[in-house]
Amino acid sequence: MVVSVQTALPDFDPLFAALADHTRRDIVRRAISAEEGVLELAGHYPMSFAAVQKHVAVLERAGLITKRRVGRRRVVRTNLEALLVARRLLDQYEELWRARIDRMNELIAETAGAIDTGAKKESQR
Amino acid sequence: MTVTAVRKDPDRLTLTVEAEFDASVERIWQLWADPRQLERWWGPPAYPATFTKHDLAPGGRVEFHMTGPTGDQSHGYWDVLEVEPPSRILLRDGCAADGTPLTDMPINTIRVGIEEIAQGRARMSIEIVFPNTEAMEKVLAMGTEEGLSQAVGQIDAILAVETIRH
Repeated sequence: MVVSVQTALPDFDPLFAALADHTRRDIVRRAISAEEGVLELAGHYPMSFAAVQKHVAVLERAGLITKRRVGRRRVVRTNLEALLVARRLLDQYEELWRARIDRMNELIAETAGAIDTGAKKESQR
Repeated sequence: MTVTAVRKDPDRLTLTVEAEFDASVERIWQLWADPRQLERWWGPPAYPATFTKHDLAPGGRVEFHMTGPTGDQSHGYWDVLEVEPPSRILLRDGCAADGTPLTDMPINTIRVGIEEIAQGRARMSIEIVFPNTEAMEKVLAMGTEEGLSQAVGQIDAILAVETIRH
């Protein structure tokens, strides 16, 4: 049942792997304004142009950035939608735990006074 | 407001949830230490959990399954790594088929901390670390399935009433 649902979901692994690197996260942030090409981006980092190019390629494969032609240049642009997927997965998991904590609270309220610790609390008053 | 803080780190695949309760540390501990109480909160109402093994000790094992409205079951287990009653649990949460761990399925780590913040008031913090997004998807797929099953179950109940009326 779960397995069949899982296979229907897109594969998010490349997305998270791409975001697991500091330089790549920085490229994603810079490319939000979509003003620079790979050459300009490379100027921000103490590494070779080839190394930055590799990072850009990883981000592109993960769908986090796209290259777009603007006049004679190709600028790197962040795909904000892909970035939001990572966030959304954690949001959904947060909801799951919020619901669990609500149920914990109900259980505590229901059993207050009915169990040992509750009785102890009563006697302390 | 019970939940007091939520931290999400998409880069580290970590979710931290903090909650405060009007209860003693010992009372919160019982929510984890007593399998009958665990059953009341681990699964959503439409997917209640049944704990068939509950050895909450270092190296111990906890086994459970969740049963859906159509009788479908998904099995899970915890490998208990560290326990310090009544304040600390570290466990690995995984999926199983009839008690046998599915080794190809990802496992996430759950760290529980319970501390007193005032007389009769306790804070619980839960940190969940996912090894990869596959683990997250898996859990979320279950969540979606639970939600869907719940909705389907309600439709079934309505249809059943309609059928009786006819």
